[in-house]
Amino acid sequence: MANKAMIAMSGGVDSGVAALLLKNSGFDCIGATMKLYDHPNGESGNGKTCCSLEDIEDARSVAIKVGIPFYAFNYMEEFKREVMERFVSSYENGETPNPCIDCNKYLKFDALFRRAEELGCDFFVTGHYARIERDEESGRYLLKKGLDEKKDQSYVLYSMTQHQLAHTLFPLGELRKERVREIAESYGLSNARKQESQDICFVPDGDYAQFIEVYTNRTSPPGFFKDTDGNVLGEHKGIIRYTVGQRKGLGLSLTKPGYVCEKRISDNSIIVGDESQLLVKALVADNINLISVEKLITPIRAKARTRYNQQEQWATIMPTEENKLLIQFDSPQKAVAQGQAVVLYDGDTVIGGGRITKDIWRAT
Amino acid sequence: MFIYADNASTTKMSPSAIEAMLPYFDRSYGNPSSLHNLGQEAMEDLVKARERIAQCLGCHSKEVYFTSGGSESDNQAIISAARIGSKCNKRHIISAVFEHHAVLNTLNKLKLDGFEIELLPVGETGRISPQQVEDAIRQDTCLVTIMYANNEIGSIQPVGDIGRICREKSIFFHTDAVQAAGHIPIDFNKQYIDMLSLSAHKFHGPKGIGALIVKQGIPLVNLIEGGAQERGRRGGTENVPAIMGMAAALEESCKHMKENSWKISEKRDRLIEALAQIPHSVLNGDRFERLPGNINFCFEGIEGESLLLLLDAKGICASSGSACASGALDPSHVLLALGRQQEIAQGALRLSLSADNTIEEIEYMVKTIPQVINDLRSRSSRWEDKMSGKVPFYL
Repeated sequence: MANKAMIAMSGGVDSGVAALLLKNSGFDCIGATMKLYDHPNGESGNGKTCCSLEDIEDARSVAIKVGIPFYAFNYMEEFKREVMERFVSSYENGETPNPCIDCNKYLKFDALFRRAEELGCDFFVTGHYARIERDEESGRYLLKKGLDEKKDQSYVLYSMTQHQLAHTLFPLGELRKERVREIAESYGLSNARKQESQDICFVPDGDYAQFIEVYTNRTSPPGFFKDTDGNVLGEHKGIIRYTVGQRKGLGLSLTKPGYVCEKRISDNSIIVGDESQLLVKALVADNINLISVEKLITPIRAKARTRYNQQEQWATIMPTEENKLLIQFDSPQKAVAQGQAVVLYDGDTVIGGGRITKDIWRAT
Repeated sequence: MFIYADNASTTKMSPSAIEAMLPYFDRSYGNPSSLHNLGQEAMEDLVKARERIAQCLGCHSKEVYFTSGGSESDNQAIISAARIGSKCNKRHIISAVFEHHAVLNTLNKLKLDGFEIELLPVGETGRISPQQVEDAIRQDTCLVTIMYANNEIGSIQPVGDIGRICREKSIFFHTDAVQAAGHIPIDFNKQYIDMLSLSAHKFHGPKGIGALIVKQGIPLVNLIEGGAQERGRRGGTENVPAIMGMAAALEESCKHMKENSWKISEKRDRLIEALAQIPHSVLNGDRFERLPGNINFCFEGIEGESLLLLLDAKGICASSGSACASGALDPSHVLLALGRQQEIAQGALRLSLSADNTIEEIEYMVKTIPQVINDLRSRSSRWEDKMSGKVPFYL
């Protein structure tokens, strides 16, 4: 009997082509989409996010074109609990959360993955640009970058477990985006030209601060901008309105460009410094998930990425306490934000990753 | 084996209803509004159909308005009563938390126009008591709308008693009888109903046709403006074939109601007994005041969506909560209204039988459903947590 696979379909090109490739290589496929939230005022209509009602319809029509059964599953409760709540409380704690990573971890590769298992699927399939290989020597499943470096999505997948990797397929991992588009077009997938999702899906207009205030029914109180010595530079409009590394829109007249270096919840202040004060030489990450190795006992050399589209940087990685790593960069790094993910690479292979904590050492 | 056990969603059309429609596609295809003979023939049959439907429901044929189905009927009934109410400054409407969305969403819209909507809670078994309605009625109440029987849990409401209370206080009473018509006895006049909605495809008639029964003298508000069809209350050329199909289906259902009801409820009870044996399960709805074909259970540690797909793979068409626009299943507002926890409400299964279901089918379901549930539970981490005592059981 053919292997059974569930393809997580977003309505976009990538998951559509993933479904097509799986179907063509003889898998018994079902397509699935998660219904994650209701837009408060109907549809946003900008089409740039995933999982809106329109996207579910797109996914359905792609599935029909590919010729596989399609189901939409309701995960609104889980999404609210695991993604939106985390996003809001993380922002309120002065962090810079990455809800897409949480969504992969708690929704796609947990709730939906388990659903695939329940329904008797051998494999769970997504349109991510990443590869999974088995290391014969260690017997471990490895997560590797997608061959198309520009599209590589391994960063948002670092929390995958061995069990998940063993039962997941990324059919696009070996392909370039242009090739994926060609395939989509040659099969007439209706959304082949669709814009890619960029925004955070549940904040379609990109106004996070307003979203958080409506969600919590609280306003983020104003406070002071301070320099690194604690001198007051001006007043800010609420800590959730600013991002680490931000330069524009601070409303300060300074002698040289000032950047948001830190959001300090303890006294509701935002520390503004020059570019050099943005530089971080070391950080501690927690919530560690290791992939290529079972555990780290001695320090290792690796390349680290602290943002989605960043070039990796050489660093020394030191295991400290349980489930924590100290990461020391060879050269100081800009705009490292608490709450973001740090992912470690050995060449193309993801060693593992974690969440950046408040323990960050600045260069100056 | 293929078993259709989702008759509360829609039914297979009866051969006699299909037969009744056919002449109106290519022989008597005239427009009932036309003066020529072909049109007049259609008009005659339309008039007769109206009478036949009225006969089945204990109302006058003048009280029958054809619509596109249950949702349109609910909308028109509620909006009409609200319009009349607002003219005499009565803006209080009584309904129930477990109504169909055609009712609930229409009421929500009225809220924006300044109406006060009072949704009565339902008891553990999904019933509204006449006393609850009586207590809720105020000087400014313009409408009571309570469904005849619930679409998910099948609980039958004391419509006659509620009707009498409303009639005594001169308040309009509407009932969404979409699940009841053709399945259990309805007497529009004797039950003091002012407005009643029904839909043909729930009793083996065609989709896209229904009726709103309205007591004479109540002026309806048009949802669709146009010609003088439906005595000027709904524009648009009548869907003659569908109306003929509906009339035939309703007549047939009412003619066999007693024997079917007896036969179907016997099968229902067999299934209820068998499924109640499954550990950590609960029957939703009233055990006795229940539609003949309705079975609704919650199974702890189960996700309804997975259950439905696995049953589908075994040839059983069943359903869970009501499907939302995306086709995903929303946690049922009906089950939540009964006080079921969110998690429990997610593990719901509704089977709805018709006279077509055989004993063999019932026995196949009795055998298969517990197997599938066992199977799902054995693969569920949530179930594992409950069995190991990490997470408590609700049921």
